[in-house]
Amino acid sequence: MSNVKCDVLIIGAGPGGYAAAIRAGQLGLDTIVVEKQKPGGTCLNVGCIPSKALIHVADEFQNTTQYAQIDKNAHSDIGIEVKDPRIDLRKTLGWKNNIVKRLNQGVAGLLKRAGVRTITGSATLIDGKNVEIKTEAEDILVHCEKLVIASGSKPIEIPSLPFGGRVLSSTQALSLEEVPPTMAVIGGGYIGLELGMAYAKLGSKVSVFEAGSSLLPHFDDALVGHVQKSMTALGMGIHLNTHVKGINQETQDLICENANGEIINSIFDKVLVAAGRKAVTEGFSLESLMLDMDGNFIRIDNKCQTSMRGVYAVGDVTGEPMLAHRAIAQGEMVAEIIAGKNRIWDKRVIPAICFTDPEIVTAGMSLVEAQEDGHKNGFDVMAEIFPFAANGRAMTMESEEGFIQIIARSDNHVILGIHAVGGGVSELSASFALAIEMGARLEDIAATIHAHPTMGEAFQEAAMRTLGIALHI
Amino acid sequence: MGQYTIKLPDVGEGIAQAELVEWMVEEGQSVREDEVLAAVMTDKATVEIPSPVEGRIIWRGGVPGDNIAVGAPIIRLDVEGDVDSDDEVDTGDSQPAPESFEDINTPAPIPEPAVSGAPDPRPQQISNATMIAKARPSGQKPLASPAVRQRAREGGIDLYLVQGSGPEGRINHSDLDAIFAGEQSAHVSPAAQTFQNGQLANGTTGSINPPMGQPYDFDLGDEDPNQITQLPVIGLRRKIAEQMTRSASSIAHITYVEEIDLTDIEILRERLNRNRNESQPKLTILPFVLKALTRALEEHPKMNARYDSEAGILHQYRPVHVGIAAQTPGGLMVPVVRDVATLSIWQCAAQIDDLATAAREGSIKRDQLTGSTITVTSLGALGGVVTTPIINHPEVAILGPNKIQTKPVWDGTSFIPRKIMNFSSSFDHRVIDGYECAVFIQRIKSLLESPAEIFIQE
Repeated sequence: MSNVKCDVLIIGAGPGGYAAAIRAGQLGLDTIVVEKQKPGGTCLNVGCIPSKALIHVADEFQNTTQYAQIDKNAHSDIGIEVKDPRIDLRKTLGWKNNIVKRLNQGVAGLLKRAGVRTITGSATLIDGKNVEIKTEAEDILVHCEKLVIASGSKPIEIPSLPFGGRVLSSTQALSLEEVPPTMAVIGGGYIGLELGMAYAKLGSKVSVFEAGSSLLPHFDDALVGHVQKSMTALGMGIHLNTHVKGINQETQDLICENANGEIINSIFDKVLVAAGRKAVTEGFSLESLMLDMDGNFIRIDNKCQTSMRGVYAVGDVTGEPMLAHRAIAQGEMVAEIIAGKNRIWDKRVIPAICFTDPEIVTAGMSLVEAQEDGHKNGFDVMAEIFPFAANGRAMTMESEEGFIQIIARSDNHVILGIHAVGGGVSELSASFALAIEMGARLEDIAATIHAHPTMGEAFQEAAMRTLGIALHI
Repeated sequence: MGQYTIKLPDVGEGIAQAELVEWMVEEGQSVREDEVLAAVMTDKATVEIPSPVEGRIIWRGGVPGDNIAVGAPIIRLDVEGDVDSDDEVDTGDSQPAPESFEDINTPAPIPEPAVSGAPDPRPQQISNATMIAKARPSGQKPLASPAVRQRAREGGIDLYLVQGSGPEGRINHSDLDAIFAGEQSAHVSPAAQTFQNGQLANGTTGSINPPMGQPYDFDLGDEDPNQITQLPVIGLRRKIAEQMTRSASSIAHITYVEEIDLTDIEILRERLNRNRNESQPKLTILPFVLKALTRALEEHPKMNARYDSEAGILHQYRPVHVGIAAQTPGGLMVPVVRDVATLSIWQCAAQIDDLATAAREGSIKRDQLTGSTITVTSLGALGGVVTTPIINHPEVAILGPNKIQTKPVWDGTSFIPRKIMNFSSSFDHRVIDGYECAVFIQRIKSLLESPAEIFIQE
């Protein structure tokens, strides 16, 4: 076994880990990152990036089917004629894998350029400063001054529906070589709806089963309503308050119990289980450090420090929201803290996006949260929406669904939350987050010229409308 | 139902603002007439604000630690009947007796002692009084861009304590510039807050709302050897800091130390104490120092003065009001023994006792803390050879008796034991020369060394 020393050892090269590693390297720290698989983590390999690739393909394909007037309910009037559109999912996979590969190489290159040593292997924590790494070639004992745990998360497996056969995790659903004629999606969260809608657009008959009473439970009803409407238009089945019991091993029927207690058997070619994700806390002797936990997550303070001095944790393993951009920001901060800079987690907002069709963006508090906060702290809340139906650019893109909502304090007009649902609104998340992070007031947004014609104008108009001075509605 | 707004009353002559110390009522609470709503602190005295009406509290302006301008609304009540919503309420009851000694004893107008709220040399503070009065809306984090927040953190500034100058209190780079340049400390508003000292986010946090005069009690959570704890400098501590800064930065101090032989006065003191009746307090050396000082001042009236450097006038006082520096649980206070010349040694001792007790217990009144013309600070009981006392601005002299020690003194033939005390003193060298200091202290020395002289009227 060889012995290696370093300043910083990072477990996991996902967004949290690689961001920490790059910054640590840039700051001159002797840094090692260890990763079992390819760099980039869930996000790059089996999450954000490949799913967005698949969603893009599904959107493009859906356009062609609309131009081909296959479905009377979903036709297009814009004058393009297409005959007999088809999709070759194997080619799609090749294209998608190529993107992932380019990004893998990109991350590896960035790590190298920052002077970070990347070790491919699996880590076992011995204590807060010593980690054993098994690689294909040898075992390495790494002694580090600071340890950063960025082990990430993985899909939750339902005991009655173990992955395998026709039961897929989100990872496997990103690598299907053929479009399944029918698909059940277990779980009405954002992963299930993003992938479910994509396969529906690719031609699957998709049914969503959700145990709760609504889809996308963490999002406002008004936002979710537009997505639900669009799902219905795509012919997707929506089964709320429905519990999945398992699969009949003989008939391969999916067994569900609906809200009335009735058992329904139905057969699907694929069953995608998208019941959420859980932290990866096993398989690398994390328990040997006996860190304080928050449920299944590692407990951290506002410097991402764990209960053991010199041991940090970032990303999904530290809890909700499990989002790559949160992990990246944490990783960057931790590296700077280790390098001796005075940093603290004081972010005002972590925007979240749901890449359904239409897309949903939320930044900051929902109306209900803002009202509760206001009640607690003695302020009133004002909120208005601006619909894309009144936005010129949205009309020219056949994207009139949806709206932008702004929520602000009545007393000083400081913006508390910005939410949008609509085609392509994910790109607006940047200005939403910027507004809240900068502490913008309604007047700031209303007084900023938003270029015409763009969907972003709806943001300015929403601010003006909240102030009672909208021009275009 | 109508709304009734109570504004911060004029709590003292020349005072532009007061610090909110404590709320006695909650929002939503019903209050009776005369029920105490809040306590504010003007200089070193706390003033209670009673409710002039019966009603229900619907709004409170600010959090403890905020500076509130006189005339700014501090509380709003729902009351029966129609009331003008902006009714200016005279809560005159709450004012301390307005007659300070100056009004009685001094014919000419005198500058307000800075300690009781003279105009601050930093003009910003006064011109921005309304802004200071406006607390950050509750439940809101400091309004500042990420770049400003990071710069503040690296500069060691807690933005929760900063009141920004931008719209709705937004903190800009220019506000930080001002703080770094040392101009803006007055805008720092210690609101109730969460401290983030590297403690676990879900761990213990301290909230600041201590009762007057009590040390801040933070639960420090897990022992972290690298922990840095932020203690807010508010309330009395802030007043002390401001007063000391003003004094040390504006006065050219000259310090003079002399040895005084107290053997004879100690014999006198012991005899007096032995024979005192029950109504007479036990005498310490301090009343003797006060009496000797007062006699010396008859010949050196210039030392019993306040210097208004802006006007270029030295206000020389005939009555001698001696400030006695006293340590209290909340920090340094300077209660004042008035008209020392008219007091017997016993009355003088009794007054010192009463004032010290009141200061320690927090029951001292505002007018007992203002108006001194010269100050005595004694750390003698704790030992120490020499002190360099800081003058109680705008006075011009401060005396610091040190510990009495028995020392061998050569009387020409042999060493004899004598009770010797070092006597430290500082003077404002802008208006008093070193020669004058020496003459004045030598006079005090001679009085204390032959105590009969103290009590003989010429």
